[in-house]
Amino acid sequence: MNTPISWIKAYVPDLDVDIKTFTDEITLSGSHVEGYVERDKNLEKIVVGKIEKIEKHPDADKLVVCQVNVGAETIQIVTGAPNVKEGDLVPTVLDGGRVAGGHDGSPLPEDGIKIKKGKLRGVESFGMMCAIEELGSSRDLFPEAPEDGVYVFPAESGVKPGDDAIEALGLHDAVVEYEITSNRVDCFSIIGMAREAAVTFKKKFVPPVIEVKGSGGNVNDYASVEVVDTDLCRRYCARVVTDLKIGPSPKWMRDRLAAQGIRSINNLVDITNYVMEEYGQPMHAFDLDTVAGHKIVVKRAKDGDKFTTLDGQERTLDSEVLMINDGEKPIGIAGIMGGENSMVTDSISTLLFESACFDGTNIRLSSRRLNLATDAASKFVKGLDPNLALTAINRACQLIEELGCGKVVDGVIDVYPEPVSEKTLPFEPDKMNALLGTDISKEEMLDIFERLELKYNSADNTLTIPTFRQDLLCMADLAEEVARFHGYDNIPVSLPHGESTAGKLSYADRIAGIARDIAESNGFSGAMGYSFESPKVFDKLLLPEDAKERKAVSILNPLGEDFSIMRTVSLNGMMTWLATNYNRRNKYARLYEIANIYIPKSLPLEELPIEKQVLTLGMFGDGDFFTLKGVVEELLEKLAIVDGVSFEPGSSRPYLHPGRQAEIVKGNLKLGFIGQIHPEVGDNYDIKADCYVAALDMELLTKLSSFDRKYEGVAKFPAITRDLALVMDKGIFVGEIEKVIKKTGGKLLESVKLFDVYEGEQVGEGRKSVAFSLTFRDKTKTLEDKDVTTVVDKLLEQLKGMGIEIRG
Amino acid sequence: MTIKERLEQISKENLAKIAGSSDVASLNDIKVAILGKKGELTQVLKGMKDVAPEDRPKVGQLVNEARAALEQKLEEKMKEINRRARAEKLKRETIDVTLPGTRKLIGHRHPNQIAVEDLERVFIGMGYEIVSGPEVEYDRNNFELLNIPANHPAKDEQDTFYIQRSASGESRDDILLRTQTSSVQARIMLEASDPTKDRQLPIKILSPGRVFRADEVDATHSPSFHQIEGLVIDKGITMADLKGTLAQFAREFFGEKTKTKLRPHHFPFTEPSAEVDITCFKCGGKGCRVCKGSGWIEILGCGMVHPHVLEMCGIDPEVYSGFAFGIGLERITLLKYEIDDMRLLYENDTRFLGQF
Repeated sequence: MNTPISWIKAYVPDLDVDIKTFTDEITLSGSHVEGYVERDKNLEKIVVGKIEKIEKHPDADKLVVCQVNVGAETIQIVTGAPNVKEGDLVPTVLDGGRVAGGHDGSPLPEDGIKIKKGKLRGVESFGMMCAIEELGSSRDLFPEAPEDGVYVFPAESGVKPGDDAIEALGLHDAVVEYEITSNRVDCFSIIGMAREAAVTFKKKFVPPVIEVKGSGGNVNDYASVEVVDTDLCRRYCARVVTDLKIGPSPKWMRDRLAAQGIRSINNLVDITNYVMEEYGQPMHAFDLDTVAGHKIVVKRAKDGDKFTTLDGQERTLDSEVLMINDGEKPIGIAGIMGGENSMVTDSISTLLFESACFDGTNIRLSSRRLNLATDAASKFVKGLDPNLALTAINRACQLIEELGCGKVVDGVIDVYPEPVSEKTLPFEPDKMNALLGTDISKEEMLDIFERLELKYNSADNTLTIPTFRQDLLCMADLAEEVARFHGYDNIPVSLPHGESTAGKLSYADRIAGIARDIAESNGFSGAMGYSFESPKVFDKLLLPEDAKERKAVSILNPLGEDFSIMRTVSLNGMMTWLATNYNRRNKYARLYEIANIYIPKSLPLEELPIEKQVLTLGMFGDGDFFTLKGVVEELLEKLAIVDGVSFEPGSSRPYLHPGRQAEIVKGNLKLGFIGQIHPEVGDNYDIKADCYVAALDMELLTKLSSFDRKYEGVAKFPAITRDLALVMDKGIFVGEIEKVIKKTGGKLLESVKLFDVYEGEQVGEGRKSVAFSLTFRDKTKTLEDKDVTTVVDKLLEQLKGMGIEIRG
Repeated sequence: MTIKERLEQISKENLAKIAGSSDVASLNDIKVAILGKKGELTQVLKGMKDVAPEDRPKVGQLVNEARAALEQKLEEKMKEINRRARAEKLKRETIDVTLPGTRKLIGHRHPNQIAVEDLERVFIGMGYEIVSGPEVEYDRNNFELLNIPANHPAKDEQDTFYIQRSASGESRDDILLRTQTSSVQARIMLEASDPTKDRQLPIKILSPGRVFRADEVDATHSPSFHQIEGLVIDKGITMADLKGTLAQFAREFFGEKTKTKLRPHHFPFTEPSAEVDITCFKCGGKGCRVCKGSGWIEILGCGMVHPHVLEMCGIDPEVYSGFAFGIGLERITLLKYEIDDMRLLYENDTRFLGQF
């Protein structure tokens, strides 16, 4: 929403603040100013000059030497402008003055351009005559300006030499851009903003006095209106204008429209646009002679109906689109765009004005389905006050009369089956103060309400809410009105003083924090990615057609296929980031992510999917499978998830190397997996390095974690250590042997440490040697050698049964 | 020569020898030569039998004195030699301390995560419980219970990703990707008003999390980003409490001198509502690139929980009131670290992450 200050001042004549104060204060009262443009920025010492005499420049063909009367004196100015002639009145910048920019309309320099006297090809020049572009404006706003050359004041402007040229051009103005919130429908209009300004600055609000003289006749003799679908059209007002004279609109109207960025078309179109800006009510004009039966019927279209809008496009309708019909056929899409068949042309003689209140939601949805966004629709979608329809149509007719644009037939057709009535709300100053934490007097509150045009009824202590304030529905709404004009700044500052509460992280967040710390202390940096991805990911990860991972939650309206399903595996993000790092020639990368995967309980969804928080670790370069495994082990140990945890060799995950993957389990609980990325998957992500990944179920880790620790005395009795060097087939996993050692070692076995794995000639082809260091200790007495020997012998016996021998 | 003279001679000669020696070995030789079995002083002691018995204590004393003096000198000299030897060794051990230290590869927190944790810390200190809610949500929690019923224009403004919509237009049972962490407000209030659940009033929570809106990816937009929602519900909570809370937060998070300014705004689920600006934490309010010259930076939206929202969530607005606020996390992260392109946050280049 843009408004020129000059237009606001038209309705708040006493407004006398500078632009900075205006924008600051009106922002603080609720109309957020996004920015403003001062139209006289960098325009200094510019007056109206009259060209008295023009002579040729002695040394330049394209220059002329002018004597310009600038009021107090006549000065000599050399110009290259092709359009100057004696007697013209032109904006003239004097020596030491400033203009906004160059005459070619290129972007304006921040500080404008300083103008000083000087010599042009040897002839002295004491100023400059200005093109409209040099004044920071354009031919859009001043269509009378020449395409090339200086601006010449039209004869009717009545200016004389020495006048402030900027004033004469109406450029002592600023255009303010607001961000209006969706609840303040009334503020999408000059009138609404003027009312806000008046209340903000405590000035008198003087809206136009609307009066239509009329020229006799009876509108009902000219036309009739029938509203069939009253649910979508709460009110339909129509008036008729005869003897139309289409022509240009006056400069003041063109100027105001121009400042809103609206180009002047003719007096009739300009009036509808003007009233739409002024009051926020869109209107439509029909050529009554093209309206069959001079009858308007408002009703829904039928599915599949075709209709050509005035932009020449044929559109397919459905049964929720509200149409304006004449006695025979549709002639407009209600509230959105008129039809080509009833378009107003310059030859119009009788006009039917429509000012209606259409249902905002319906217009919004229709506009979206038809993919047709118009200014009118954008006003209706906010939900207009039905009472505005009549005000606006009368205002338009008043302007028709004032501009001599036609004769307004007496009477208004007003189909308004259920008029809105003004609501009343109780006036509750104590409750408002209690909500705001203030001590604002009843009088101040009532003063604010009065300026907002809310009427106080002392008899029953209520406030009557005008219909243009549809947003005021309860005490809290009224409290906001009080607060914003009392000033949010003036509300005191306190802290909640109720029952004290314990500030805390959830337990799950604490566990996540530990996981982050451990990952980071091992060189992994925190990554962050998207929750949605492409279904192609499943192919990239080599998941078979029937993989359960392919059952994913999909988005109805995604931004594209790449963002169309909610991820069920966390690896795609990790592989993408590792590849990014790899392809940017980072020698190594270690990343972790803690984020959700989304597992549907059924498809299509009947309830929310399961959101499973997963810790994903990924790395390439500088380290191998065991580097990553060490990190996982460290985390599990920190969370005291140790007993019964094992890394089960597996080959079930297609995205991992079949001989280098393990399921991380505790009993029958699946904590996650770890492995090397399958080289084919690496190819799919365009990464040639070996990548290692692990994924852990954070919810399960949280559930299993424990911080209960019990101190055990430092061992008092000595330990006995035995080293075992074992020889076996290569295929036997160390984990299996460890399990046997632990089981057989029993209570006396304090620890088992693997200290060597060897493959080579000495142990023979297909064999390996594995060396463990076993520590035995009895916590109650000094252990004797023979006790240990018994255990070790038993152990060796067991291992022998597995084909494992002691190395000779 | 008397014993006394003999002692003096021994002392004198040996003290000189001790003083002249410069290594541990010669010092040990001297020690043996004086105090060893055949040492000079030992010899003197052996001669004690020839001394008259009445003189023996006196002579004994003299011998002991001489011995003590020599031993002390020997010890001092030994220390001196050792000290010198160690000093030389230390000198040889000199290293170039300007060489770089040995570093372990350390990972880094994601800047967004750092910001979340900083924010959480401030609010935990103020008694807030950190809670979370689902990212895939029902329409009713994300919209309806927040005063955004079916067909409300605010739904368009938020460009919602839908998972599932009922056949007949919009419905509270629609499943969608939450557009705001405010959805957690509804969940927490419903929980607190449900007598079968553990949670009770008052409520004082902070809920960070991921939210989604259908914005194309560019330098300032992402279809997935993060918000942090705060909610306080108790008897007698006022807008002054909201102002005070946010002012305290801003001072603790952005620095002691930070000032806050509330501007009226509109959110369907709060009334009155406000947007909050703080004095620019880069320039302190003078105006700079970060605050685009205004001296102020918009950081969050907030307001008093709308009575209708309380009512819908089972809380009596005649008894309870509350406030809520929502912070866009990426905005804070980008501003704080002067990151000029939001996409960097999601690329996870270690050269980027390593800077935090």
